Amino acid sequence: MGAAVLPILFFTSLWAAVGIGGSIITPHGPQRQLIQCILMLTAGCCWLFWLCCYMAQMNPLIGPRLSRRAIQIIAESWNMPIKEG
Amino acid sequence: MGSLFRSEEMALCQLFLQSEAAYACVSELGELGLVQFRDLNPDVNAFQRKFVNEVRRCDEMERKLRYLEKEIKKDGIPMLDTGESPEAPQPREMIDLEATFEKLENELREVNQNAEALKRNFLELTELKHILRKTQVFFDESVPMVYKSTSTYSSNKYRRYLQMADNQNEDEQAQLLGEEGVRANQPGQNLKLGFVAGVISREKLPAFERMLWRACRGNVFLRQAMIESPLEDPTNGDQVYKSVFIIFFQGDQLKTRVKKICEGFRATLYPCPEAPADRREMAMGVMTRIEDLNTVLGQTQDHRHRVLVAAAKNLKNWFVKVRKIKAIYHTLNLFNLDVTQKCLIAECWVPLLDIETIQLALRRGTERSGSSVPPILNRMQTFENPPTYNRTNKFTKAFQALIDAYGVASYREMNPAPYTIITFPFLFAVMFGDLGHGAIMALFGLWMIRKEKGLAAQKTDNEIWNIFFGGRYIIFLMGVFSMYTGLIYNDIFSKSLNIFGSHWHLSYNKSTVWNNNYLQLSPATSDYEGTPYPFGMDPIWQIASSNKIVFQNAYKMKISIIFGVLHMIFGVIMSWHNHTYFRNRLSLLYEFIPQLLFLVVLFFYLVLLMFIKWNRYAATNEFPMTEACAPSILITFIDMVLFKNSKAPGKDCNIYMFAGQSFFQTIFVLIALACIPVMLLGKPIKIMQARKLANEEVQPITGASDAEVGGMSNGGGSHGGGGEHHDEEEMSEIFIHQGIHTIEYVLGSVSHTASYLRLWALSLAHAQLAEVLWSMVLSLGLNKEGWLGGIFLTVVFAFWAVLTVGILVLMEGLSAFLHTLRLHWVEFQSKFYMGHGYAFQPFSFDTIIENGGAVTETE
Repeated sequence: MGAAVLPILFFTSLWAAVGIGGSIITPHGPQRQLIQCILMLTAGCCWLFWLCCYMAQMNPLIGPRLSRRAIQIIAESWNMPIKEG
Repeated sequence: MGSLFRSEEMALCQLFLQSEAAYACVSELGELGLVQFRDLNPDVNAFQRKFVNEVRRCDEMERKLRYLEKEIKKDGIPMLDTGESPEAPQPREMIDLEATFEKLENELREVNQNAEALKRNFLELTELKHILRKTQVFFDESVPMVYKSTSTYSSNKYRRYLQMADNQNEDEQAQLLGEEGVRANQPGQNLKLGFVAGVISREKLPAFERMLWRACRGNVFLRQAMIESPLEDPTNGDQVYKSVFIIFFQGDQLKTRVKKICEGFRATLYPCPEAPADRREMAMGVMTRIEDLNTVLGQTQDHRHRVLVAAAKNLKNWFVKVRKIKAIYHTLNLFNLDVTQKCLIAECWVPLLDIETIQLALRRGTERSGSSVPPILNRMQTFENPPTYNRTNKFTKAFQALIDAYGVASYREMNPAPYTIITFPFLFAVMFGDLGHGAIMALFGLWMIRKEKGLAAQKTDNEIWNIFFGGRYIIFLMGVFSMYTGLIYNDIFSKSLNIFGSHWHLSYNKSTVWNNNYLQLSPATSDYEGTPYPFGMDPIWQIASSNKIVFQNAYKMKISIIFGVLHMIFGVIMSWHNHTYFRNRLSLLYEFIPQLLFLVVLFFYLVLLMFIKWNRYAATNEFPMTEACAPSILITFIDMVLFKNSKAPGKDCNIYMFAGQSFFQTIFVLIALACIPVMLLGKPIKIMQARKLANEEVQPITGASDAEVGGMSNGGGSHGGGGEHHDEEEMSEIFIHQGIHTIEYVLGSVSHTASYLRLWALSLAHAQLAEVLWSMVLSLGLNKEGWLGGIFLTVVFAFWAVLTVGILVLMEGLSAFLHTLRLHWVEFQSKFYMGHGYAFQPFSFDTIIENGGAVTETE
């Protein structure tokens, strides 16, 4: 299991806040139901979309195959120096 | 209530209006725009209705107004458009309006006629002026030529002309080739040389010349000169270029021939005196007349302008007024006159919620007309299907339009529009996911929303713009969601953002790197942190050009299926809302439940398998659960349906992902198979049984029982007075219908699931196109160095930007939009949406004036 608790908690609670919290604080009015529906659908779709992307990378079956040039550039710009030797 | 989820409840009402109050009441209702009147005299033809005369008068007024509008537009006078809509005037004011328009039209027509006559006159005079000026040159030229030797001229025509001239004495009169001069001096020779002068339009000149040459066998001589300034054609105001010509000929026969040809070519001939003194005098006369005409013409134009400017101030207002009067009388024509002739009877559909407001409006109308008898609004019982009325606002309107384009919802059916507001932009964004492209789209949408009022005020005929503007909220939401999915895909113009720091690390030695062209990081070692990039795709995948697509395809295909299956299940659940609302117990039991079950045990199980695979198989796991043993979900699924044992992906691998999988799968497929006969036969058999029972029980009173059973067999579809009128369906028909439905659903759920793969396909295509554009275009510019490189980059960037907006945002956006539309219309709505309704079209001045305006603008 390669899940980290923090991001899962953060994004789940973020979208829960939008979907559930948002629809609770929606002002009363003729369009209340519609706004609630919009908020919940948005939260549901976006959360699931994030979750799928997260889970697809959680236990990768393959690793990225990098060209020599790409490795050099990564080493330089992402601060991952290549070991001597 | 009053929400978008279902259409409004409607009531059929009868309306009794006092004759004298009818006009004012209908006018108030038109301002309100909440009532749809029904035609109570459909068999009376349009010419025999009560208020035909008034409608005709309005038509006549409208015609006059259109004439005025045309004239105003011709002069380019700005029309004052305050945007306000004046109330419909009282019927007695109509006479005043008519008189005003009549006066204006007559005045304008008179002015126009005068102006045309004056212009024609002016044109003639100008042409004459030019003739006199140009011919002077011809005549002047001829004098020295005569004195020259004749032999050097080779042209036959010319020689003859000169000989003729030579034959005359030194008399200036004769040199000018005047008829009298020739006749007087050469009586014996019968040599009579004449000429005509005129004006012809320039493009006809070559043909004219050829014709003259051929018809007169070269015996005429034509000289021409261009008039440099264009002349105005008085009939249509066009600018035409013309030429002055003068033709010399000999004899009467040729004269008539020449004149005929001139006539044929619509050349205008003018008298041209021979004596130079006469010509000079004439020219003087013409000049003074032209000057006089100019002043008169100027005054006429001024007058016309004044009239039009005055009219332009009120024109829009008048249009609105006349259209309102016309609409009211048109509506009154739909009403019935009661026997006493005191009262008009109308039938109308009204939204139940608005009956109060409508009654208020009626009361206002009565007060305005001064009538003492209040109008009566009576609710009627009906078996007819009421119209579908969804109360939309500027935000929901466009989404409702997307749904209505497929079919107007049946009365009180679940309306997919509120869900579409989010699912539509979201599914679009799955295909269009790119932060940069999404931002462009969202900004465009936002700009239209911010400038809404100004943009809406300047109405245009540009259809493409109107479509964009109408869909501004859709475009904005599509853009915003594309930005989100773009962040998740980690794509911005095909490049990635490394916000949180990649969770893959390099652990290579320099020698390893130098000795290998390609190196693959291993997820089993410390190359991978163990936890994924917290938000979206790890940026390292964008760089892994050789196996990025392999990884992303697996991911994107899975999310397509996951969202597709959920979308379809959502649709099936919507049908549950419909069945319970219409108290359709049979459909609930024998359609909804097996349908949902079928979808869940097969396709939702497929979705579950995906999550299980993501969860259970990892490169760091112990042997049977490693990456080498991960089974293909597609093959597992196919084998499951075929009751086949799959082959293990590797030696000693387990073909199943969890314990008891084989058992569950068998059960699931059996359940799914069992659902099919229930869907196919359940409902028809129940209906058949019910009918038999009803027939046995109430044999004697057949008439009544039939209607009852009919109502029941329609599953209590009589809610709101619906189903009863399509009586007893044939049993065989019911079976056939059900068969078709079942086949459609079962095969459909397979093909629709596959159809959602378009989400993956388009998203892949979009990402690839963006990448190609970057690497083939922009990176060329970025690779150049020095100041030349800077200039080159500017050019390349412009090219790249144009292609990005034109192809990636516009064309790809359009294609993704259409695919999303299809996913909603076919894959989603086929699960629950009937779309057999007809739209509520209330009598509303706003729509009438809007449409009327559009019609006149296209004219």
